[in-house]
Amino acid sequence: MVQSTPVIELRNVDKSFGPIDVLHEISLKVKAGEVLCLLGDNGAGKSTLIKTLAGVHKPTAGTILLDGKPVVFDGPRDAQEAGISTVHQFGGTFPLMSIGRSFFVGVEPKKGFGPFKVFDRKQANSIAVKAVQDFGITRITDGDRLIGGLSGGERQSLAIARAVHFGARVLILDEPTAALGVKQASHVLRIVMEAKKRGIAVIFITHQVTHAMAVGDHFAVLIRGALAANFMRGDKSREEITDLMAGGEALADLDQYIDGYKETHQGHPPNVTG
Amino acid sequence: MGNLSFSSLIRRPEAGAFLGMVFVFLFFSLFGGSTFTSFAGAASWLNVAANLGIIAIPIGFLMIAGELDISIGSMVPASSMAIGILSGYWELPIAVGIILTLLFGATVGLINGLLVLRTGVPSLIVTMGTLFAVTGITLFLSIYITNTTAVSLSAPEWARAVFGSFYFNSYQVIIAWWLGLTGLYVFFLHYSPWGNWLLAMGGDKESARNAGIPTEKLTVALFVLSSTSAAFVGLCQTILFNSAQVSSGMTFIFNTIISVVIGGVLLTGGFGSVIGIFFGTLTFAMVNQGIYFTDFDRNLSSFIIGVMLLIAVLMNNTFRKMAVSYTGPKSKKRG
Repeated sequence: MVQSTPVIELRNVDKSFGPIDVLHEISLKVKAGEVLCLLGDNGAGKSTLIKTLAGVHKPTAGTILLDGKPVVFDGPRDAQEAGISTVHQFGGTFPLMSIGRSFFVGVEPKKGFGPFKVFDRKQANSIAVKAVQDFGITRITDGDRLIGGLSGGERQSLAIARAVHFGARVLILDEPTAALGVKQASHVLRIVMEAKKRGIAVIFITHQVTHAMAVGDHFAVLIRGALAANFMRGDKSREEITDLMAGGEALADLDQYIDGYKETHQGHPPNVTG
Repeated sequence: MGNLSFSSLIRRPEAGAFLGMVFVFLFFSLFGGSTFTSFAGAASWLNVAANLGIIAIPIGFLMIAGELDISIGSMVPASSMAIGILSGYWELPIAVGIILTLLFGATVGLINGLLVLRTGVPSLIVTMGTLFAVTGITLFLSIYITNTTAVSLSAPEWARAVFGSFYFNSYQVIIAWWLGLTGLYVFFLHYSPWGNWLLAMGGDKESARNAGIPTEKLTVALFVLSSTSAAFVGLCQTILFNSAQVSSGMTFIFNTIISVVIGGVLLTGGFGSVIGIFFGTLTFAMVNQGIYFTDFDRNLSSFIIGVMLLIAVLMNNTFRKMAVSYTGPKSKKRG
């Protein structure tokens, strides 16, 4: 491995809302061209963690380092300018806007003079279409198409292409595959690999272990706001990860129950449908 | 630009509104006889459309952004009274009256906007509150100050020429304002970058905010715009008719919403066009006035508007679905 400073690093980050502690002493590092899979059950604090990274929340304690330098974000825009982009579950896009328009929301290309600057639709469309095609989605050819007409995978791909186009160095993907079918999900995973190839630090949030195993270099498991495990690819088996995610004991208990049941019932598993 | 193919036409939000307008126009041309389309006849529906349209477009913007403002129903009569009292009863210079009345409109808009943001209560409820509050204040202050519910105002010639007079016998000058403002709003929504912000905000507020769009400022600005526009219409009416009275402007509420919805704006936000609202307003005005040119019973007018609204919404839904499922000129798949 090349010894390089991580693009983004969290050091003992705490976040609480009033009396409720949501994150406890989270320390994580992501290097360029590395995919960190953040695993965790619902309510484990994944959303709070990514919102803290994306500048929506400020950490209550601890520091966020970008290229080894401590940073404080005043808002999502601030984080974005620093190169941290978040792509949400449904692509964070606008179903009734055109591809070109939604691609440039907030950073519209303009032409003209003074107060009469107009949105440059043609340029927006061609840049947007090219950016997605570069990511291998060649089916998108018309920038005037509405987002609502794209498939879930295409939307995700468009959103990722958008983030990369606008200079994202840290890409946070919030459950990009959760609502997708198998084929669409593999599409998105391929795009995650493409982003990784381009040297982007990817933080991939999911609760599907298979998807995480497919692209991850580095895994972190969050349980009740604390880092329960932090390991590299190949260090743990799928079962161990799944087990960790579900809170460990719960699944172990279930396993024991099933094993115990089998022993007393001539090897038959419990009848769950009845 | 330049490829005005049928497919690119039906993808536009105003497609349904345009077809509806053509249908209504033909309908009343047929049943209303030549007076409906005559120069003097057209003035009757154009005047209604202009007064309505100046408010309808800002309301449409709010609806695109996912908000609603019904307080305009009291802002029109309140502003009408405001300028009447300021420049009529107190005899302040008309320019001062106009500026103060517009400021009054902006203030109410500011209150609406801030209340919606701070409380998180749906804007329908917030503006319903200000609707009644402003109505009450108007009545109270009118009686308190002037002891009557009606005041007269004789505006100087220049003010009448600009804000309230008839040209060519029956065309109100506000029609010119309406056309001018429509042009400005077309630029704002469809050509300036801000329009993109508005559509994004209505589509998904959270994502829009994450993309760095100042959604809160924009929301407040939209409420200020709708309220100020209502104040503008109110003051123009007072200058035109030389008098103001504490009346109800409640019809403006439904009429603007109907115009906007006929115009293809999606009630839940994120989709719409200024030209669509323009067509929607014209359509509404034609039905509203057209009935007087026909032999039909006048009482049927509301019935026709109701049926038309339902047809328009269904038609717009169909057009929107076609727009969404349209996959580009190269694809052979039909939506």
